[in-house]
Amino acid sequence: MLELKNLVVQYGAITALQDVSLRLDRGEIVTLIGGNGAGKTTTLRAISGLLRPRSGSIWYEGADITGRPVHKLVGKGLAHCPEGRMVFANLTVLENLHMGAYLQRDKRVIQKELEFVLTLFPRLQERQGQLAGTLSGGEQQMLAIGRALMSQPRCLLLDEPSLGIAPLLTQAIFEKIAELNRVRGLTILLVEQNANLALSISHRAYVIECGRILLSGPASEVKANPQIRDAYLGGA
Amino acid sequence: MTELLQQVINGLSLGAIYALIALGYTMVYGVLRFINFAHSDVFMLGAFTAFYSSRAMGRWGFASGGFLGGLLVLVISMAACAAVGILIERLAYRPLRKRSTLTVLITAIGVSLLLQNGGQMVFGVNPKAFPNIFPSQTFKLGGLVINSNQLVVLGVALALLTALHWIVQRTRIGTAMRAVSFNATAASLVGIDTNRIISFTFGLGSALAGAGGVLYGMNYPSIEPLMGNSPGLKAFIAAVLGGIGSLPGAALGGMVLGFVETGVSGTRWSTYRDAVAFAILIGILLFRPAGLLGRNRIEKV
Repeated sequence: MLELKNLVVQYGAITALQDVSLRLDRGEIVTLIGGNGAGKTTTLRAISGLLRPRSGSIWYEGADITGRPVHKLVGKGLAHCPEGRMVFANLTVLENLHMGAYLQRDKRVIQKELEFVLTLFPRLQERQGQLAGTLSGGEQQMLAIGRALMSQPRCLLLDEPSLGIAPLLTQAIFEKIAELNRVRGLTILLVEQNANLALSISHRAYVIECGRILLSGPASEVKANPQIRDAYLGGA
Repeated sequence: MTELLQQVINGLSLGAIYALIALGYTMVYGVLRFINFAHSDVFMLGAFTAFYSSRAMGRWGFASGGFLGGLLVLVISMAACAAVGILIERLAYRPLRKRSTLTVLITAIGVSLLLQNGGQMVFGVNPKAFPNIFPSQTFKLGGLVINSNQLVVLGVALALLTALHWIVQRTRIGTAMRAVSFNATAASLVGIDTNRIISFTFGLGSALAGAGGVLYGMNYPSIEPLMGNSPGLKAFIAAVLGGIGSLPGAALGGMVLGFVETGVSGTRWSTYRDAVAFAILIGILLFRPAGLLGRNRIEKV
């Protein structure tokens, strides 16, 4: 469904991604794990067009999408829920969700999607009229995911959904992510610091280090790999 | 008492004009984080468009000077200014989108000079008498002297402010404007074409400046290509005073400045009215840099 071929991304003279190739099949949750500054977020930003790769290509549903303008991708069913949530703090929760469906002109479709999101995250229902800036970190993350879902994506790029959120809430959000994949067949590329948690809901995983893919395989295999266990899963 | 009421009416109509111009500064700042110095010259173009279109209408035997004719002139000026604003952004600012704000700021000053000197070439340097585009009548209420033009200025300004509020708060494109002004990256991720929203913002702000130019011409009946300088600067002060980036702030700042200026004009220190405006600017920058209704933006990393 989504494939990166030999992607190279540079920030000035610094190479952030070196020859990154990865693949997502329909219906999968694939997680990209790695330390700080390994290139996880860069990979997602390159896919959605926020960064221009130096070389290599990005394929989505059989088409080369390298270098497409960012705002064109959502309409193709590829949504990016960015690191740090980036909810519109000056808009209400409801307005944020409506902005998620910006390209959808059919009011009934928007309404249906809205009901789906509000059922998925009842907390957002309670906070509908509130400014997004007044929500807690966890609620903002739900809103960010909800906003991304409003565009009815077939593929979701999800960046650090656990960042700065209480562990209990993180658990709940991850359950929702797994549910979206199971019930809706949503394909998800998940970037996550908390490798244990990410691997527990993923089908496959890639390990990235210093801008290179170190290894990849089924989540259970990666989890069992002693080298990975020491480096990313807190030993034990 | 009559003196005071008179000043209130004068202050309201001047403040309304400042408010209309200030909104354009603040809207553009909201989406692009720079001050569009050419904005005051779009205001000037609004007055000149009204001047020429009302003359052309007269030549075709279409009554301008009637109420509907006046509205038509107003709409033509607003539309022309919207087009000019969109064009300026497209030609001068968009190619510099990835450059530093300073580059764009200097470009804006360049565009301003271009419009002023171009205006002097095309329209001539001599002041022109602004025509009566609305039927003009002077009422006496007790000792109070009210010109119907002042009422038109207030009415039009109020209608435009209401319309703007509705567009920004209630429509899809207005919500997108607010989204872009908060975080352009996130806005593009949900599918908003930020360039289109920026064009729209320029069009909207410039249309308001154009209306401001027409209303200004009605109250101060002589227009010339450099006429934008002083009101433009005052409106900029108004935008900063209200809190740059805040729409209610710009409207409030405009009103406050209009009142202060007419208030000072009515005393024997009237020659100091510009000095007072700048004193307000310095004061607000020193003691409340975010402005009356602005919020300090906390940069989160």
